[in-house]
Amino acid sequence: MTDAIQKLEKKKSLLQLDARTRTRNAAETRFKAYGIIAIAFGLLMLAILVFNIVTRGAGAYQQTFIALEVELLAGKLDKKGNRNLDDIKKVSTFGYTPLLSNALEAKVAELGIETDLKAKKMVGILSKSAAAKVRDYVLNNPNKIGETVGFEFLASSRVDGYLKGRVSRDSIGNDKNISPAQLDLVDALKAEDSLAKHFNMSFITGSDASDARPEAAGMGTSMIGSFFMMLVVLVLALPIGVAASIYLEEFAPKNWITDIIEVNISNLAAVPSIVFGILGLAVFINYMHLPNSAPLVGGLVLTLMTLPTIIISTRASLKAVPPSIRDAALGVGASKMQSVFHHVLPLAAPGILTGTIIGLAQALGETAPLLLIGMVGFIASNPPDSIATGLLSPNSAMPAQIYEWAKRADPAFYERAWGGIIILLVFLVTMNTIAVILRRRFERRW
Amino acid sequence: MSTTSLLVIAILILATLGYFLASKRAISTAGGDRRKLHSLPVYYGSNAAMFTAIPALGVLLIWLLAQPMLVERNVLSTIPDKLIPEGSSIGLVMSDVRRVADGLEVVISLGTMSQSETLRLDTEQTDIRALLAGVGAAIGSDVQPEVLEAAQNYRAQTKTGQLWMVLIIAPLALIGFALSVLAAKATFRARNTVERGILALLVLAASLAILTTIGIVFSMLFESINFFKLHPWTDFFFGGSWAPNFRGDSDLSILPLLWGTIYISIIALIVAVPVGLFAAIYLSEYAGPRVRAFAKPLLEILAGIPTIVYGLFALLTVGPALVRVFGRGEEGLLGLEWMSGATAVLTAGLVMGIMLIPFVSSLSDDIMNAVPQSLRDGSLGLGATPSETIRQVVLPAALPGIVGAVLLAASRAIGETMIVVLGAGAIAKFSANPLEAMTTITTRIVSQLTGDTDFASPETLVAFALGLTLFVLTLGLNVIALYIVRKYREQYD
Repeated sequence: MTDAIQKLEKKKSLLQLDARTRTRNAAETRFKAYGIIAIAFGLLMLAILVFNIVTRGAGAYQQTFIALEVELLAGKLDKKGNRNLDDIKKVSTFGYTPLLSNALEAKVAELGIETDLKAKKMVGILSKSAAAKVRDYVLNNPNKIGETVGFEFLASSRVDGYLKGRVSRDSIGNDKNISPAQLDLVDALKAEDSLAKHFNMSFITGSDASDARPEAAGMGTSMIGSFFMMLVVLVLALPIGVAASIYLEEFAPKNWITDIIEVNISNLAAVPSIVFGILGLAVFINYMHLPNSAPLVGGLVLTLMTLPTIIISTRASLKAVPPSIRDAALGVGASKMQSVFHHVLPLAAPGILTGTIIGLAQALGETAPLLLIGMVGFIASNPPDSIATGLLSPNSAMPAQIYEWAKRADPAFYERAWGGIIILLVFLVTMNTIAVILRRRFERRW
Repeated sequence: MSTTSLLVIAILILATLGYFLASKRAISTAGGDRRKLHSLPVYYGSNAAMFTAIPALGVLLIWLLAQPMLVERNVLSTIPDKLIPEGSSIGLVMSDVRRVADGLEVVISLGTMSQSETLRLDTEQTDIRALLAGVGAAIGSDVQPEVLEAAQNYRAQTKTGQLWMVLIIAPLALIGFALSVLAAKATFRARNTVERGILALLVLAASLAILTTIGIVFSMLFESINFFKLHPWTDFFFGGSWAPNFRGDSDLSILPLLWGTIYISIIALIVAVPVGLFAAIYLSEYAGPRVRAFAKPLLEILAGIPTIVYGLFALLTVGPALVRVFGRGEEGLLGLEWMSGATAVLTAGLVMGIMLIPFVSSLSDDIMNAVPQSLRDGSLGLGATPSETIRQVVLPAALPGIVGAVLLAASRAIGETMIVVLGAGAIAKFSANPLEAMTTITTRIVSQLTGDTDFASPETLVAFALGLTLFVLTLGLNVIALYIVRKYREQYD
């Protein structure tokens, strides 16, 4: 004690800090700085992540196209000359490739570009989907055979990557799909403005494509798959979740059974999602023999996964309705059930809706359980034509499609995976914004 | 249209009919004076609809779930052992039987053959495989006579089952209909019955949570038991290597996978815990309302981003960046040759750590906010600086809750799938080098259960044993964490 007093006496002024106070203040500043650094680190990571997604994914929305005038030679496409659709169908896409090479050769000659490439090699700068595009056109318009029709074809993914700076002359050393001579041709075509990059709608509306033609792959079909899954989740999880919360919040007696249910729900909320996938595989597919890869099964699994989230948020909003509402209803002669369904539930509806939307957003981004029930590893090509096929025929989902592209180990597919993430995040941001607006607009404080 | 859907439609029509009949009857027994009714007319109607539809539909649901299992068991016992080819299993033969049976039904529904013609089918005379392929049912090999016989047996039993189903459920619906319409008199307490029915439905919905848990445990338990019948449990729990081999004789030990899982989780927590904790301290103790309103939701976005995005971020951004620092020899930033591929423990751990920051920060923030202000005021009043107050008063008071938050984050890290599937690699080994690729329990579950799998081989079934272990592990962590958090909350309320 005396030491401390003596120390204090040595100090000349209160405004002058002694050594110990300085250390303590320095420690204070450091401690505060750690906090700021931690938050800055978190926000920096978020910024890097978003920057990465936007810069790497934006490329998927721009695609290189080549405009060509293709002469639909009657001699190749309809040898019998009777315009019979069945005969025309017999010509496979291989039969259309010479037409493309003719068209490309004519274009190169017309522009006066010199190249050593044979016409057959030149076609390599076009997407492998180009021949199929012409074939589809011919099958829909058989009367056009013999005429010259203008098409806009996708360039192959390597050419597209070259123009986007993803592929360089150094990086194609061992690439069988493209040669430096072909890139020379691309450069020349670009100088003549015959090659253009523009917005690619088919990435948003189209379906997945095989490994050989990343330039034609799109998210459309998997979006439909996700939509049907969300439909199942909404139809099942909302009523079941609300019913369960009403029971637990309004009717359940305080006993061990209720306790078990409550502990169960909070534990289910923390069970790893892949475990729900195993459950879905074992129960819905192996036991009930529901079809593999079907959005119905995906929806069921995601329902079980989302239920705890919806129950927890619904219970919170039921709890927020003041007891005076219930008392008033009971006081004018309503039964307990009527007081809940006629008065408490409508007042809690905005909160329930908000929780449901957040649960749906969570389910929309979930991937792991979908891997186990087979929603990856195949090419979902045709959009479903009715609700039943939409639910039961194999399809993919947005996150599963992104995973599928990430696995293909081709930079062209990586670009599409990032592009797909942008679409997925746009959905998530929209849903969360709606939830926030609902909460701000309708939430009542009692 | 199938028998089942016809039955469902019939029941629903009957229920609607019951609704109108019962409410009419109730009003007429009261002499047209609604005031003399015990309940509102709606309740009499609902009561009738409920008693017509719900017991019948409930039994139907149970029947639909149970019948395939019983039929399958009966048919299974008639399949001779010699039918099972080398390297195949009874399950595959059974799925062939099912496919043939389903295919024949399709043949009938398309009108290619009549019911009696399909019953006279013979493998000697007809190429059943081609017949079924014509209607879109692909069979892997030629159909053997025993399989056809079993399929016919399967169809016959299914038919009998369906007949009984209609014979039991239709009268059930009719009885419910008749009784409830007859009961609709003015003195009948319809509201009370209907409300009891609704309450039963609510209880049913609430117990779905328990059913899900039971489903999870049993679906994994049964398959795990099958696995342990085929594979020694000592190797699974105490073996040293993981080397699945689809020709059999695999080493399937969980230990190397567990090591990879724990190693990655530890790295994730080393990133997430300090960052999350300091962020929480700053947000709850220093930040003003404006900084809080801005930084907290932004940090929580990190928790809302789907894990597939983090997986891609690990594989394509963080992994290559780490390789540039620690690998590539002379071309790399440090001139080292320590890291060869983008997938590594460090890659997955770092990214997972970023994902977990908001888990730790939000929970710790809530817990520190729950520490009573009086404790802080006391400490500050004694002359402690804010940081001393936090370190010596607030943190010790909040410690149990923070431990709970860290445990929850750890359970999340152990069960995380997409980041490790894309970022951690596929090599199971014991190694302390964080720059090497390693594998985890979740990635192995995915790889054993996707692709062409035969559900009777230990290489596939091991996934269920892995899943069960994972479930028990995360459940244990969650229970402890929730217990600690709850226990702590009680102290200050």
